Amino acid sequence: MEKCRLVFSGSGGQGIITAAILLAEAAVLHEGLNAVQSQSYGAQARGGAARSDVVIWDKPIYYPKVIQPNVLVCLTQTAYNKYHPTIRPGGLLITDTALVKVDKSAEARLARLPFQDQVKQEMGNTRGLNICVLGAVAALTQIISTGSLESAVAGRFDERFREANLKALHMGIALGSQSALSSV
Amino acid sequence: MQGNVKFIQGNEVCVEAALYAGLEFFAGYPITPSTEIAETMSARLPQIGGRFLQMEDEIASICAIIGASLTGRKAMTATSGPGFSLMQEALGYAVMTEIPCVIVDVQRGGPSTGLPTHVGQGDFNQARYGTHGDHAIVALTASNHQDMFAITVEAFNIAEAFRTPVILLFDEVTGHMREKVVIPERGEIALVERLRTSVESGVDYHPYLPREDGRLPMSDFGGVHRYNVTGLYHDMWGFPSDDPKIVYGLIRHLMDKIGNYAENMTFFRQDHIEDAHTVLVSYGAAARSARHLVENRRKRGERLGLLELQTLWPFPGDVVRKVCKNADYIVVVELNTGQVIREVKLAVDRPERVYLANRIDGQLISPTDIQNILRLLHGKGV
Repeated sequence: MEKCRLVFSGSGGQGIITAAILLAEAAVLHEGLNAVQSQSYGAQARGGAARSDVVIWDKPIYYPKVIQPNVLVCLTQTAYNKYHPTIRPGGLLITDTALVKVDKSAEARLARLPFQDQVKQEMGNTRGLNICVLGAVAALTQIISTGSLESAVAGRFDERFREANLKALHMGIALGSQSALSSV
Repeated sequence: MQGNVKFIQGNEVCVEAALYAGLEFFAGYPITPSTEIAETMSARLPQIGGRFLQMEDEIASICAIIGASLTGRKAMTATSGPGFSLMQEALGYAVMTEIPCVIVDVQRGGPSTGLPTHVGQGDFNQARYGTHGDHAIVALTASNHQDMFAITVEAFNIAEAFRTPVILLFDEVTGHMREKVVIPERGEIALVERLRTSVESGVDYHPYLPREDGRLPMSDFGGVHRYNVTGLYHDMWGFPSDDPKIVYGLIRHLMDKIGNYAENMTFFRQDHIEDAHTVLVSYGAAARSARHLVENRRKRGERLGLLELQTLWPFPGDVVRKVCKNADYIVVVELNTGQVIREVKLAVDRPERVYLANRIDGQLISPTDIQNILRLLHGKGV
């Protein structure tokens, strides 16, 4: 397989680091692949810039960071402004219609999807946003099977939150599968 | 087998390995980037009948583990640079009183409170020289989760076998990063258990009278023997002494019990050394970038090799000299202004071959960063 380098970026509290962990965990525990997940963030718990890097490959992975992502997820305008120039040519940029205004060109495909609006509408709050995005990443990239992700998500959350998160995951998978990619 | 595969942070690997090694007591004061060690320990230790204590600060933390260890329990604390500074006095006390314990320093960028959430490798010299007075110390590190597990177990083994504090010098990247680790089965890694005295209750026990092999059998403090423990120079009873013979004998014993057995605690990895004209010497997170570069450039026929140090102290100078013997360039890759490079220069013949590839901005050096420095060295320009 091609080495897959992903960057999840947004704001502390959006859950993007959790989404990155679940993707990498699904790759290792349920797909038998290698994955390394790391993160960088400031000292504050919420509101600061947050970023998580994931590398997935079928060979050993040494350098754990991502410089040029194949897949770049941006869930705030700040994150988009900061990271959009790093995307690998031919890569995939995933953003939210309500949270990010895409105003710069790049040699990449774009999936601009209404994650936040749809999660809010169907679940009453935006807590499932990260898991919904995770579903779309999986559907758009095809690196991890739906079943593996379901196992990872189900294993992560206790009973009270399991169903809601699985619902958010499937919402994301549906959004990703239906999306028509455009170029940026 | 499947149940033994985990996808966890390095800090959590350290916890699992400590429990595997027989840890029963942890005292600590949470600090980024080591916090997950205390956090995970607070959940895991009570499950196996151990004790977790959150202390008021790092001084209390190291004192608590020294006390716990003296009563017969394998004990550990974890911190980062600022806390490691506070622990230096008691670290010397553990050296002098020969009480086994493991101190984890998950390094951040320093000095002072520095960069809490970013990586650095600036505590290499502090591990060796942080506490005052002549002394020997053991410090180990690792660059990936599987090695981190083995090295953590080894830290407990060395601590018990040699009655010494052992420092685990990890870093923010390896501590926070998640990757696969396979938890070994019981018995897969040998464990060293404490040598306890065979002297019975009511018979005189000399806590600081070495056996013929130099080892000091311990008696659980508060148990059947009453004895003295002090940071002052002490006689075989553990009582203070300034008798020059006793003073000389004790400092030699403290130095030699580590120095004479340095080979037994030397761990390292070497890749593609045989025909390498450039050898990268690295450790911890920086070694991941070095290995990435070496593996990539080897595919293109470039004669690069890697020496990854896992034992940092006692510094494995003999290994460095042998491995680097035929290299035209020796490049030390580390995340500080040049700490290990000094030891490498002292170890090798023709130290003018030794160069530094580093980053000191809180970021992990990348394979490209190292490659750019190699291009300059090789006269190719960047």
